[in-house]
Amino acid sequence: MEFKTFVFYLLSAVLVLSALRVITARNPVHAVLFLVLAFFNAGGIWLLLSAEFLAVTLVMVYVGAVMVLFLFVVMMLDIDFTRLREGFWKYLPVGALVGVVLTIEMSLVLGGKYFGLEAMPAPAATPAGFSNTRELGLVLYTDYAWPFELAALVLLVAMITAVSLTLRRRRTDKWIAASAQVSVHHEGRIELVKMAAEKTEPSAAADDAAAQP
Amino acid sequence: MDAILQPVADFFGPTLWLVVWSLVKIFALLVPLLVCVAYMTYAERKIIGFMQVRLGPNRTGPLGLLQPIADALKLLFKEVVIPSGASKGLYVIGPILALAPSLAAWAVVPVGDGLVVANVNAGLLLLLAIASIEVYGVIIAGWATNSKYAFLGAMRAAAQMVSYEVALGFSLICVLMISGSLNFSDIVNSQNVGFFHDKGVSFLSWNWLPLLPLFVVYFISGVAETNRAPFDVVEGESEIVAGHMVEYSGMAFALFFLAEYANMILVSAVTALLFLGGWLSPVGFLPDGFYWMAIKTAFFLFMFLWIRATFPRFRYDQIMRLGWKVFVPITLVWVVVVAVWMISPWSIWQNVPVMAGH
Repeated sequence: MEFKTFVFYLLSAVLVLSALRVITARNPVHAVLFLVLAFFNAGGIWLLLSAEFLAVTLVMVYVGAVMVLFLFVVMMLDIDFTRLREGFWKYLPVGALVGVVLTIEMSLVLGGKYFGLEAMPAPAATPAGFSNTRELGLVLYTDYAWPFELAALVLLVAMITAVSLTLRRRRTDKWIAASAQVSVHHEGRIELVKMAAEKTEPSAAADDAAAQP
Repeated sequence: MDAILQPVADFFGPTLWLVVWSLVKIFALLVPLLVCVAYMTYAERKIIGFMQVRLGPNRTGPLGLLQPIADALKLLFKEVVIPSGASKGLYVIGPILALAPSLAAWAVVPVGDGLVVANVNAGLLLLLAIASIEVYGVIIAGWATNSKYAFLGAMRAAAQMVSYEVALGFSLICVLMISGSLNFSDIVNSQNVGFFHDKGVSFLSWNWLPLLPLFVVYFISGVAETNRAPFDVVEGESEIVAGHMVEYSGMAFALFFLAEYANMILVSAVTALLFLGGWLSPVGFLPDGFYWMAIKTAFFLFMFLWIRATFPRFRYDQIMRLGWKVFVPITLVWVVVVAVWMISPWSIWQNVPVMAGH
């Protein structure tokens, strides 16, 4: 067996097993961590297809950012397992139906004549120093510049919407503009008052006050 | 060299030799690296000691030089206590996941001309990807410990590291735009051309000068990314004890420290490669070489310690403000500025060899 084939089967096995554990793990945090492992192995498989940019981006974006925030949220959730498992048998027929439909569709697509090995031969070997990233960038910023920018704009709008939906100023908020904090000058805060020095005369009253506890 | 190695290679056969030779290269990189990590702790205590008019460690061995060895031995023989409420598997995986990426990232980082374990095409991207999974060690450790302090530390770490990665990524984009390559060796070599290089003062044609704001942003983000002072709210003693490491002891605790120091060295080395010309000599009459790389990395490591001894810890909201409201806009604007500069007639990157032919 070629070394590459071995790596492929290893990555695929770990990918499938961890994907299975995502839906079977009891603890949601474990499930998310298995999903991270699944993403990581998918990245490895893409790397085998010499799509290094996509592989690295998958790891960087999904593993490095999206799943971190996912984990962030799941860790803080208080999940009641008995309530989660309550409707299992009720929803099973619907879920199973969706699963069967998905499987049939997948097998139709993958088993079709357009997706066989003969229809999709291995891509031509790339010369040494071939940069997947450069080729992708050239296509993305020339032929597909408008769709690309449009997608970016949609994401930006989604981001601004999400921020403005969740942003609320509480009454107990102690937020101060940093520029206002930095520009504080002592004259506005402290008043220095010149006072004549006072000298207390040693008297009987002072002795009495000192004697008291 | 090849003449000596050839009989050994023949003995192992081509496939096995690849494995053996890779292992040799990995060891040749990691053993000195771990020695550097050990002596980084010594240097930190000594330098900060001197800055605070103290002596620092001076009892174990001459000038306290055996202190890191003694510390390592002590931690090695201590028991690794696992809290009864902890998620055991993840509790053990946490420190390993913290250390592994910071060592794995060194695979693509060259330490000299051609001195690299894997000279891959997309080295910079790979480094970014590996650096982005470093946060998992901290999160997993914080959650698995099942303690409030550890969990809060992990939450802070997650938010902080993800935030500063954005600024880090944008400053890297500018570097790769002007060098036209994701390969570290190409990026270093692309700094070895230009007007000042021809005049014999090549340190002025390195990336730090044209990309000065990004250089500063990159290094500060690097400090924040490694959770070092003044960005060390993750383990702020005054608020959350030691953050995610609060329940760890013995070697498991040591692994977090190894990871932190290995990360510091990594950030310093990458800054030296991207902005200070790596192994290139600063002036024309001195030869290039590995020692320049070492000197530059040591300079940035000293900066880490200097910053730690100088600045008080940031407040958490100030960290977030700096990351999102200062660094991200600065880098975003500079991406546009550099792009316009590159296509303008005043571009100084016309002669970059990797740009030719595209």
